[in-house]
Amino acid sequence: MRRFILIALPYLWLLLFFLIPFVIVFKISLSDLALAIPPYTPTLSWPITWEALKEFFAALDFENFTFLTTDDLYWKAYLSSLQIAVISTIITLLVGYPIAYGMAQARDEWRPTLMMLVILPFWTSFLIRVYSWMGILSQEGFLNQFLMWTGVISEPLQILNTPVAVYIGIVYTYLPFMILPIYSALEKLDGSLLEAAEDLGCSRFKAFWLVTFPLSRAGMVAGSFLVFIPALGEFVIPSLLGGSETLMIGKVLYEEFFNNRDWPVASAVAVILLLILILPIILFERNEQKQREADQ
Amino acid sequence: MAQTVFAPWADPNEKPLIEFRNVTKRFGDFTAIDDLSLDIYAREFFALLGPSGCGKTTMMRMLAGFEAPTEGSILLSGHDIAPVPPNKRAVNMMFQSYALFPHLSVWENIAFGLKRESKDKAAIAARVDEMLKLTRLEKFARRKPHQISGGQRQRVALARSLAKAPKLLLLDEPLGALDKKLRQDTQFELMDIQEKTGTTFVIVTHDQEEAMTVASRVAVMDEGKLIQVATPAQIYEQPGSIYVADFIGEVTILEGHGEKVGDAYEFAFAEGQPRLHAKTSRDLGAAGRMYLAIRPEKVSISADKPEDTPNVLKGRILDIAYLGNISTYHVELSNGQIIKAQEANTRRLSRRSFTWEDEVWLSWTDTAAVVLER
Repeated sequence: MRRFILIALPYLWLLLFFLIPFVIVFKISLSDLALAIPPYTPTLSWPITWEALKEFFAALDFENFTFLTTDDLYWKAYLSSLQIAVISTIITLLVGYPIAYGMAQARDEWRPTLMMLVILPFWTSFLIRVYSWMGILSQEGFLNQFLMWTGVISEPLQILNTPVAVYIGIVYTYLPFMILPIYSALEKLDGSLLEAAEDLGCSRFKAFWLVTFPLSRAGMVAGSFLVFIPALGEFVIPSLLGGSETLMIGKVLYEEFFNNRDWPVASAVAVILLLILILPIILFERNEQKQREADQ
Repeated sequence: MAQTVFAPWADPNEKPLIEFRNVTKRFGDFTAIDDLSLDIYAREFFALLGPSGCGKTTMMRMLAGFEAPTEGSILLSGHDIAPVPPNKRAVNMMFQSYALFPHLSVWENIAFGLKRESKDKAAIAARVDEMLKLTRLEKFARRKPHQISGGQRQRVALARSLAKAPKLLLLDEPLGALDKKLRQDTQFELMDIQEKTGTTFVIVTHDQEEAMTVASRVAVMDEGKLIQVATPAQIYEQPGSIYVADFIGEVTILEGHGEKVGDAYEFAFAEGQPRLHAKTSRDLGAAGRMYLAIRPEKVSISADKPEDTPNVLKGRILDIAYLGNISTYHVELSNGQIIKAQEANTRRLSRRSFTWEDEVWLSWTDTAAVVLER
């Protein structure tokens, strides 16, 4: 009985805060826009009769999903989001791996401090950190002033409100999510494996490539998903740093919901975003599972 | 046909494979190896034996190339190996933790070193198969290290380190992770493989039984110095110091005053106790403070006073340690000194002749005990 409660608790949590909200969103995506509160039809009201139910289900259709295919704005937004998420994941990996490697190589007494420094940005509000990037990247921002002062450029660069700013924002924000799993994989690595590789004829670099790198793959995969999944639906960073130029599905969703007040279309956008994300989430889970098996 | 005894260290014309020449290794203020010189010959199975922290692992890591001597030099086949990095040395090491690559199969682990020096796939495959056969691992070639048992992992590590046919194989506590029974079997397997391949083995261990079993010569170390380097039999029967006598096997050590009489010493160790006699080829001076080391299995125990024996002592049985094949008796003399005596249990337990509190006589020959200076 105690076992049952223990297992039931997380499922209850998922039911309450994931499945039920998803069913509600899915239902709204099948509804029609209406000038009402809430702004869609049909809705069910007490008492629920058989007739009312029949009428309710008859009114639901996939009209909103068909609508998404008619306007190229939507699929372009999905594609551009995918592109931004993939590229920023790769950049984060390229930046994060050396940092994680450096941390794992550092002396024992330094590691907690380095770990602290990686987590430190989370102590400040995410929104404030993105706003400060606006201050750094804008025409009169610190970066342009610094570059002009050093004489590298003569005119300020347009960085803010371009995709470059979005990449900078995403890489900066999600870097810790990449560093931590890679670091944890590298830290577990037994130093005698590298000595064994050297003993068997590898140079230092070759030993890294043949031993360290493959053994940190699980960390890289985990980190990549932890960056890719939230980056795909990212809204705050593109809307604050990307300007009107950057098309991302999170922004489209926000505009449908708040500017157009079209809840049904916004819900349809959200449902499709979730479907796109399910594949990487399943792959991520499989990677974790494999890692657990290998650790035993 | 009698085999010639393998003893290159006794032949002055033999060139050693490895020479440690006044090697000192310091880590900061700590001296791990203290001005040590040692020769190891080709085809030897050489054991470095000592308690943890005695410097034996440092010796091995210097041979592998992971540490460099602070002073002195190490020669391999007559050449100083200090400038040669570990990946260029004809020396391979079997790690204490085995250090098997977890992402590679048994086959790929063994092939790892071969692939670094050759591109010839057929030759690599042939050599790996040969190694698998030597270590009886053919069935496990496709498995990953975490899918095989501890004993199998140990054999993979051995096969991997032997695959490149090194001049010298270093084994760092190779059997430490195995249980006792498996360890004993593996010791014989190691000796077999060493003989078959003709490789020089240097083994590091803190287990004196293991060192005695496998090695052609044993170096007993303490605090960065060599205490004695000799064959297992010499180390056991003719220990050069109390430290060695005490470290290897069981022993009773008596302290007393010795006087030289002919080729033997007369030894008085306590008032009211008879003098003991011990022959020795060593010269420890005409008289002085010295020690007598007696192995328990050389001490006979009897109910009646034995005649015609140079050493006879009377005592009372204080403790009996029954080990199955043998029993160790702790016999207390009238002055409180305890002497250990061992008897083989050739009879069934119910017919054992002695029990606690029995008055017994201990005796041994005049060649049984070893006279030591300190």
